[in-house]
Amino acid sequence: MTESPSSDLSQQPRSQRVDPAGLVIAFALAALAAVLVWDASRLPSTSMYGMGPEAMPLVVATGLGILAIANLIDALRGNLPPRESTDPKPVLLILGGLALLIAIIGLGGGFILATSILFVATSAAFGRRAILTDLIIALVMSTLIYLAFDRLLTLSLPAGPLERLL
Amino acid sequence: METFAALAHGMAVAVQPMNLLYALTGVFLGTAVGVLPGIGPALTVALLLPVTYKLDPGGSLIMFAGIYYGGMYGGSTTAILINTPGESASMATALEGNKMAKAGRGGPALATSAIGSFVAGTIATIGLAFLAPWLVDFAVRFGPEDYFALMCVAFVTVSATFGDSPIRGLTSLFIGLTLGLIGIDKLTGQARLAFGIPELLDGVEVTTLAVGLFAVGEALYVASRRHHAEEQIEPVRGSLWMTTEDWRRSWKAWLRGTMFGFPIGALPAGGAEIPTFLSYSTEKRLTKHPEEFGKGAIEGVAGPEAANNASAAGTLVPLLTLGLPTSATAAMMLAGFQQYGLNPGPLLFAERPDLVWGLIASLFIANVMLLVLNLPLVGLWVRLLAIPQPWLYAGILVFATMGTIAAKPSVVELSMLAGFGVLGFLMRRFDFPIAPVVVGLILGPIAESQLRRALAISLGDPIVLLQSPMSATLLGIALIALLAPFVLKGLGRFKASED
Repeated sequence: MTESPSSDLSQQPRSQRVDPAGLVIAFALAALAAVLVWDASRLPSTSMYGMGPEAMPLVVATGLGILAIANLIDALRGNLPPRESTDPKPVLLILGGLALLIAIIGLGGGFILATSILFVATSAAFGRRAILTDLIIALVMSTLIYLAFDRLLTLSLPAGPLERLL
Repeated sequence: METFAALAHGMAVAVQPMNLLYALTGVFLGTAVGVLPGIGPALTVALLLPVTYKLDPGGSLIMFAGIYYGGMYGGSTTAILINTPGESASMATALEGNKMAKAGRGGPALATSAIGSFVAGTIATIGLAFLAPWLVDFAVRFGPEDYFALMCVAFVTVSATFGDSPIRGLTSLFIGLTLGLIGIDKLTGQARLAFGIPELLDGVEVTTLAVGLFAVGEALYVASRRHHAEEQIEPVRGSLWMTTEDWRRSWKAWLRGTMFGFPIGALPAGGAEIPTFLSYSTEKRLTKHPEEFGKGAIEGVAGPEAANNASAAGTLVPLLTLGLPTSATAAMMLAGFQQYGLNPGPLLFAERPDLVWGLIASLFIANVMLLVLNLPLVGLWVRLLAIPQPWLYAGILVFATMGTIAAKPSVVELSMLAGFGVLGFLMRRFDFPIAPVVVGLILGPIAESQLRRALAISLGDPIVLLQSPMSATLLGIALIALLAPFVLKGLGRFKASED
């Protein structure tokens, strides 16, 4: 599976190419700092002794700003660790599964249906093509989880049409 | 001896039949989840947190102790049998352990790791029991400025000093600190970074963050590079038991590993990676069988495994006595305390001694249970490893979302989980460490409130941070620890030389 990042420290090449991903990271950190400053500026400054609620966000924003510059320098020097190619399809499939899960929970479709969809989507992302088999496995598993948590541990999981049949 | 009395009292709490059952359940579930590839102890604790929601605090913490130790043992099983350490602390174990498994000596490798964990865990827990009251006596004199300074030390050591890149570690930490700012400011009631979303007013849930970063992030990362390599499970062949020769070669390694693990874990120095690799290189140097290193030397499993367990017990020292989590797992344990409104620290020792000492005593019990449970059950754990990858990760994601659904079944909370998953994926892809984010989220607000308390007492004069000798010293240490990696760029070199 994953080789640990620090174990290939020795063969890390020092390429001199500017890494665009590094520029994006630096920009994102700077943007985050800007959001913090903007949010802190809306807070009414209090006349308390010591620090008001706006002080800490400004400290963190300063840190983020410095780190944005440091990451920018790293990126310009091409100091980012090497990375392997990735396949975006499975990532999008899993994220799609998560989005469906959120939608089903939000619309009151219940726990069993929502997690079953996520199960099938993830399993497909990892290369399974037997969608019907996976769906049956998922439904059985999430029903068992639902019963175990709802009945045994009396934790309330959201109920939808399927749960009401139990 | 005050400690003995307290410990005996704790034992009396821990051996109540119900609590024994909690410990057993914890050890079993912890191992079962921890053994799954890609799941480290921190995630094990995070995923199993919902199971403890309805228990009383005492029983729940005892179950945690079992989950914690079980999760670690499960992680080393995975490291030995499929060479995919769920966390950096098991990396050293994987080096020799997987070679042993490939050579058909998986049984003895698992045995030396289990018995070594038991020996180290027991010694380190005794260390914890004796060190804790002493540190508590010391910590009750801490003012808010001292706590703030202590947290600065933890921030720096966790993120910058021992990582591969201090800049990337600090970036992770500051992302965590930013997330920690979200929600209502406890002193003034002002909402920060909530953007008018009511769910954000309570702040970011630590479990949501940890499960998102570790579980969802890992699943996305593994899925994205599935085309690279397939892992291989080594079957456990031959005898499970260690030979006399194995015992002779293991026991000193266990003790040396413990000596590395406990003190380094107890210092707020972030994680078990350093002691496990120190132990590995020490064993490699001292061994009488240097020709076996790299081909499956049992000392190379025994030492790092002991160091790993001892350091895990060591991290409980700052956690219980100072409320200071120095690893992602410790941060999850702190979250477990906080769900009952309990704050670890000197006060908890005074107010709820039954709870604290019951927890410490149950660490001993969890350790014994691990030993008697896991060697016979090793066949079951191996079968868990054989779950096909699609179902494994699908199951992990179902459990990951279930925790959030059980705690807060809201669209916002689940979207945050997914968002943290994407963050975890990107951080893995670009090699940013994950643990500092979790530590930043949980320690950031505590550090802020200590600093503000200190400044309120001093009427806003920041010199108070330097007037207390304790705080001045700690801030000095934090500064040195921050600058050291930039000065000595080769701090991580010993790791690279072992590969």
